[in-house]
Amino acid sequence: MSEKQYTYAVARIRAKELTLLNDAFLEQLISAKSVNEDMALLSEKGWKGRENSEKQDPLDVLSYEEEKTYRTVLEMVDDPHAFDVFLLKKDFHNLKAAVKETFAGKAFADIYVNGGTIEPEKIRDAVKEGDFTSLPESMSKAGKKALDTLLHYRDGQLCDIIIDRACLDEIKKASTKNKNALIRRYGELTVALADIKTAVRGAHAKKDLEFFTEALAECDTLDIKRLAEAASLTVDDIYDYLENTEYKDAVDSLKKSFFAFEKWCKDALMDSIRPEKAHPFTIGPLAAYILARESEIDSVRMILTGKENDLPDQMIRERISRTYV
Amino acid sequence: MSMGTVWALLGAALSALLAGAGSAIGVGKAGQAAAGVVTEDPSLFSKVLILQLLPGTQGIYGLLIAFITLTNIGIMGGSADMSVHKGMLYFCACLPMAVVGLISAICQANAAVSAIGLVAKKPDQFGKAMIFPAMVETYAILALLVSILSIFGVSALK
Repeated sequence: MSEKQYTYAVARIRAKELTLLNDAFLEQLISAKSVNEDMALLSEKGWKGRENSEKQDPLDVLSYEEEKTYRTVLEMVDDPHAFDVFLLKKDFHNLKAAVKETFAGKAFADIYVNGGTIEPEKIRDAVKEGDFTSLPESMSKAGKKALDTLLHYRDGQLCDIIIDRACLDEIKKASTKNKNALIRRYGELTVALADIKTAVRGAHAKKDLEFFTEALAECDTLDIKRLAEAASLTVDDIYDYLENTEYKDAVDSLKKSFFAFEKWCKDALMDSIRPEKAHPFTIGPLAAYILARESEIDSVRMILTGKENDLPDQMIRERISRTYV
Repeated sequence: MSMGTVWALLGAALSALLAGAGSAIGVGKAGQAAAGVVTEDPSLFSKVLILQLLPGTQGIYGLLIAFITLTNIGIMGGSADMSVHKGMLYFCACLPMAVVGLISAICQANAAVSAIGLVAKKPDQFGKAMIFPAMVETYAILALLVSILSIFGVSALK
C-alpha cells in the first residue's frame, strides 16, 4: 500500500523550516558572553516562552519550544499518534523516575518530563500503587520487573538496563511497523547507537557477557550476539567489530572521547533526515522537522548549560551537532 | 445519428473528461501545497497561485480539442452523419490530448508542489521554481498539436 500524502503539511513545514536555527546562529550563541545575552538572541528568533516575554526561565523556554513543535506538526496530521515513536523515550524516562521514586519512598522534584504519550502522573500512580494495568504492556512488564529487581537486589543500574532495553525494543517495534522510511531508519539508528554506547560503557566497566545479553536490544544493522561477545572482551574488540559494520565511521569518534561519539550520533541522525528536504508528499519531512527541532533545542540547551557552568567555547562547540538547514 | 458520430463524440468527450480530470486533480494537489505555504507566509500568495494554476492548462486544451471535434463533426450545427471509419479516426485524433492531458496534469502538479516548497524556502527563486513544472507543459502542448492536426486531417478526408 502506498504512503499517505501530506501535501499541505509538507508545504507548510517548508515555510516553517526557515525559522530553524542554522550553524551561524548557534555559533553566535556560543560566542555570546552570558546566558542572558543568549536568551536575548533567542528571543529575537521568537523563543520567548509561554509568557511571550524577553525575560524567561531558559528551561521553560526550551520545554515550550519542544511543546510548540509537536503541537504545530500534530495539527497538520489526522493521526495524533503519528509521531509517538519519538516520544517513547520520555515515557520510559518517566517510568524509570517513578520506579526510583517508589523505591526511595519519597517524591523528588523535577524528575519527570512532560510531553510523552502518557501523562507522568499516570505512570507515577501506576508504579506507586503497584498496579501496572493502566500502562501499555511493554511498560507494564518492564516497570514491574525493574521495581522487583530494585527491591530485591537494590541495583539501580540493573533497573536502568531493564527499562532502557524495553524502551529500545518498543522504539524498534513501533518504527518497524511504520510505512515511512525515515521513521524506520530513526528506530534502527536509535537502537543501534544506544547499543554501541552501552557496549562501550560496559566494556570500560568490565561487564560480563550476561550483562550485555540483557542490555543490548535487537536491531537489523548490528549483530547483537557478536557485539555482546566483543564488549565482554575489550573496547578494542568492539572497534574491530564495528569496522565491519555501517558504523565504522563512529570508531574514530569513540577513540577520541565519549562526547565526540555523542556528537557523531547526533550528526548521523541529522545526515539521515537530510534527504527529506527533497520529499514533497510523505510524512518524512514532518518527522524530519520534529527531529531537527529536537536537535536544535538540544544544542541550545547544551550551549546554555555550558555558559552557565563557564565552559570554554571550544568545549561547547565540540558537543554541538550539525543543523538540518 | 450514426455509429461514426458516436465514436467521434466519444473522442471529444474523453478529451474534455480526462484532461479536465487531470487538471482538477493537479490544481487541487498544488492548491493544498499553496495553502500550506500561505498559512505560514501570506505574502507568498501571488507566487504560489501562479504555480498552482500551471496544471490547469490541460483542462483548457482538452476543452479546445472537444470543441474543435464537435464543430468538425457537425454536432454544433450542420449534419452529424459520418461513417464508422471516419468516426473512429476522430476518436483516435482526440486520444493524444485525452491521455497526455490526464497524465501530464498530474505530473505537472507533482512538480508544482515541489516548486511551491522551493518558493516557500527561497521566495527569490520563484522564476527558476516555475520553470520545473512548466517543462511538463511541453508534452501537453505536443499532444494538443497532434490532436489538432489529426482532427483537421481527418475532417479533410472524403
